[in-house]
Amino acid sequence: MQNEVMFAGFGGQGILLSGKILAHAAMEEGFEVAWIPSYGPEMRGGTAYCLVVVSDRPIGSPIIKNPKHLVAMNRPSLEKFAQAIKPGGVVLINSSLITVDTGRQDLDELRVPAGEIATEAGNGKAANIVALAAFVARSKMVSLDALRHSIEVEFAKRPNLIPLNIKALEAGIKAAE
Amino acid sequence: MAKTFQKPQALSSTPTHYCPGCTHGVIHRLVAETIDELAIRGRTVGIAPVGCAVLAYNYIDCDFQEAAHGRAPAMATGIKRVRPDLIVFTYQGDGDLASIGMGEIVHAANRGEKFTTIFVNNAIYGMTGGQMAPTTMPGQRTTTSPFGRKTAEVGMPIRVAELLGSLVTPAFITRQTVIRPKYIQKTKKAIRQAFTYQMENRCFSFVEVVSTCPTNWGMTPQEAIQWTEDVLLPYYPLGDVKTPPEEEPAHAK
Amino acid sequence: MSKVLMKGNEAIAEAAIRAGCLNYFAYPITPQSEVAEYLAWRMQEVNGVFLQGESEVAVSYMIFGAAGAGVRVFTTSSSPGISLMSEAISYLCGAQLPAVFVNIMRGGPGLGGILPSQGDYLQATKGIGHGDCRLFVMAPEGVQEAAEMVMRAFPLAEKYRNPVMILGDGLIGQMMEPVEFPDHLKSVPSNKNTWATNGMDHRKSKTRNLVRSLFLDSQILNNNNLILRDKYERMKKEDVCFEAYNTEGDYRILIVAYGTMSRVCKTAIATLKEQGIDVGLIRPQTLFPYPEAAVREAARKESCRHVLCIEMSMGQMVEDVERSVLGARPVKWYGKCGGDVPTPEEIIELVKSTLALHKSY
Repeated sequence: MQNEVMFAGFGGQGILLSGKILAHAAMEEGFEVAWIPSYGPEMRGGTAYCLVVVSDRPIGSPIIKNPKHLVAMNRPSLEKFAQAIKPGGVVLINSSLITVDTGRQDLDELRVPAGEIATEAGNGKAANIVALAAFVARSKMVSLDALRHSIEVEFAKRPNLIPLNIKALEAGIKAAE
Repeated sequence: MAKTFQKPQALSSTPTHYCPGCTHGVIHRLVAETIDELAIRGRTVGIAPVGCAVLAYNYIDCDFQEAAHGRAPAMATGIKRVRPDLIVFTYQGDGDLASIGMGEIVHAANRGEKFTTIFVNNAIYGMTGGQMAPTTMPGQRTTTSPFGRKTAEVGMPIRVAELLGSLVTPAFITRQTVIRPKYIQKTKKAIRQAFTYQMENRCFSFVEVVSTCPTNWGMTPQEAIQWTEDVLLPYYPLGDVKTPPEEEPAHAK
Repeated sequence: MSKVLMKGNEAIAEAAIRAGCLNYFAYPITPQSEVAEYLAWRMQEVNGVFLQGESEVAVSYMIFGAAGAGVRVFTTSSSPGISLMSEAISYLCGAQLPAVFVNIMRGGPGLGGILPSQGDYLQATKGIGHGDCRLFVMAPEGVQEAAEMVMRAFPLAEKYRNPVMILGDGLIGQMMEPVEFPDHLKSVPSNKNTWATNGMDHRKSKTRNLVRSLFLDSQILNNNNLILRDKYERMKKEDVCFEAYNTEGDYRILIVAYGTMSRVCKTAIATLKEQGIDVGLIRPQTLFPYPEAAVREAARKESCRHVLCIEMSMGQMVEDVERSVLGARPVKWYGKCGGDVPTPEEIIELVKSTLALHKSY
C-alpha cells in the first residue's frame, strides 16, 4: 500500500516543513518514506512544492505523476495539481486564499480557512500546521499521535514554538471534522 | 680546522639542470640554509611548480609535492589546513604564479594561509622556451612578443608584491633579488623571516625574488645582471611591501 | 543508532564524518550546496577542517594537497564543477593519491540546468581527465545507499590509492529518506607513511616522500601507467558491485539502469509483474568497474529477447551495456534528460512495445 501527498503553495508558507513533519511521523510509525522537494529558482519566493511518499514496501520511483492526495495552500497550486490527483484522493484547499474548487466530483474536497484558524490559534504563520493536521485527520495517512510527536521533535530546538503549533494542530483536526 | 662553509643538509648533491647565470641555484641554497638553521627539515613540505623549478625536489631534500601549473597555493592550503604542524612552502615562477595561478595566490594570501611562497620573477617563461609572462617588461622581446611587449595590447607588467600587499589581511610581503652578493644576504634574511612568521603562525609570507634568465633573454650572465639592475629593479623596487603588525592581529586569536 | 530523516546531501556529509573523514573543501553549486552548508557547522563540532575555496579548481588542489599529506579528505560538487576538478583528478590518479569526490549530477552540457540528470556517466567512467586515468565510480539509488557508499569510498580510495567518485543525481541529493548510519570506520589510511608528505620526522626511515605525477623518462612513465593499469584491472576483479532484481523468472526483457532511474524501473517492473509480464533488472552499483559479466549473463538467459538500457541522459551507459552484451541480444536505449525523468508509465509502455517486436517468438 502506497500513499502520496503533494504539498504546494508559495515559498515561505512552510510547505517543505509540512511535508517533512508528515514524512517524519510516517517514518516513526515504521513506514518507508520519501520526501521529494522542488528545488532551484522556485526556492526563492516563487511556488514551492514537495511530495511525500509513504509506503509499507521499499519505495520505487520517487517521480509520481498522479499523487493520491493534495494539500493546496494557494490558488496556482490548486490549478497546477488538482487535475493530476487520483480519484478518491483528499484535496485540502486553504480557503483563506483560494476561492475556487477543483471542479471535480471524484475527490474528497476539504475546505479549511487555515490562515484564519492559525491567526485565532495565535499566529497566522502556523497555517501550514493547521492544513497538515486537517489533512492527516481526513486522510489518516499517519496517526494523529505520531503527527503530534513529530511536531514536537521538529520544534525541539525552538521549544517556545511548540505550544502554538500544537494549538494549530488541534484546531486543524477540529476543522476536518 | 673548522668548516666555515658547507652544503646545507637540506640541499641535495644532485647537480642542477639550470642554465649558466640562472639564479635558481642561489635561491634554492638560501631556502635550504634556512630550513637547516631553523631545524625544520623533518616537518617541512615543499611544493614544486610547473616551470624551470619543476624539479626543485631533486635539489631541496625534504618532503615534496609536485603541483599542477599555478595550483601550488591551493595545495599548500590543503596541506596546511589539515596539518598545521607542518612547515609548508611553495616555490613558483612568474608564469606559474602571476599568470595561470593568479587566482590561487590572491585568495591564499587573502585568507592569510600560514605558508610561505618564494616567488621567482625573471620576467619570462623559462622552461617552455622564453614566452611572454605577465611580468615581462614593456618592449621586451620574447618568443611570443617578437616585436617587444606591446602594453597597449597586453597591459603593463604586474607588480605581484604590491598587488598582494594591497590586501587588507595581515601578511609579510617583500621583494628582493640575488643578482649581487650584497642583495643575497638581504634575501636570505627575508626568506628566514618569512619562514619564521610561518613558524609563529603569524601570517602568510611572500618573498618575491627578482631573477635573471640569460638564456631566454639572449644575454650573457653579466649582461643579464646589468639589465636586471637597469630595467627590472627600477620597475620592481626592492624592499618590504608589507609587514604584519607587531602584535597578533585580533582575528588570528 | 536509529533511523533519521535526512536529505541525501546531508546524509552524504554525515556519512563522511562517520567514515573518519574530517577534512572537507568545497565550492557551492546547486544541487549539492547542502553538503557544504551542513559541514560548515558540523566540522566545527567534530574539530574537523572546513574550507570554502575560491573555485572548484582551487578546491580540487586543496584536496590534492591534503590527500598528499596523508589524511582522509573529500569534496562535493555538481557537473560543471566536476569538469573544473577533472584536471586535479588526473593528477591525483597519476600521483596515486586517495580522495573522494561526490558528483550530484545536474543537466548539461554547459550550464545546462539544475534538475537531476545522469549526463556525466561517460565523463566519470571514461573521460574524467587527461592521460590514462580512471576513477572508481559508485552510483547510489537512494539516501541510505548514498551514505553507505560514501563510507565505503574512503577505504576503497586507500586500498587502490586512487580517487573514488560517488555519482548521484539531483534527486538523490535533494530527496529526504530515512537513513541509518553504519558504525564508524577506522579513521586513518594505514599505509600513508610510505607515500604521504606528512613530514620526515613521522617516519622511521627518515627519508623524504615525494608526491608527484611528473615522470619525464618514458620508461618510468610507462611503468607508472602499468601500475595504474594493474590497479584498474584489480578493481574489475575484486570490487564490482551490482543488484540483480527480479531475475529469477523467465523474463523476456532485461532492463539495465542505475541510480534514480533504476528505482523508477523497479516500480514499472512491479506493475508489469501484476499484469503477468516478467522483466529482469541489473542495477550496476559500481559504474567503473562495470558489472560486465552480470549484464552479459542476464542478457544471455534463454528466455531473454531484448535488453533495454534506460538512462537520464541521451545514451551514455548504453555503450557499456552493448559492450557487455556483445551482440548476443538486441540492445535498445531509452532516456530523457534536463530534469525530465522517464516515468514508470513510459517504461511500461516501452517494455510492451518492445515485447511486441518479438511476437513471432
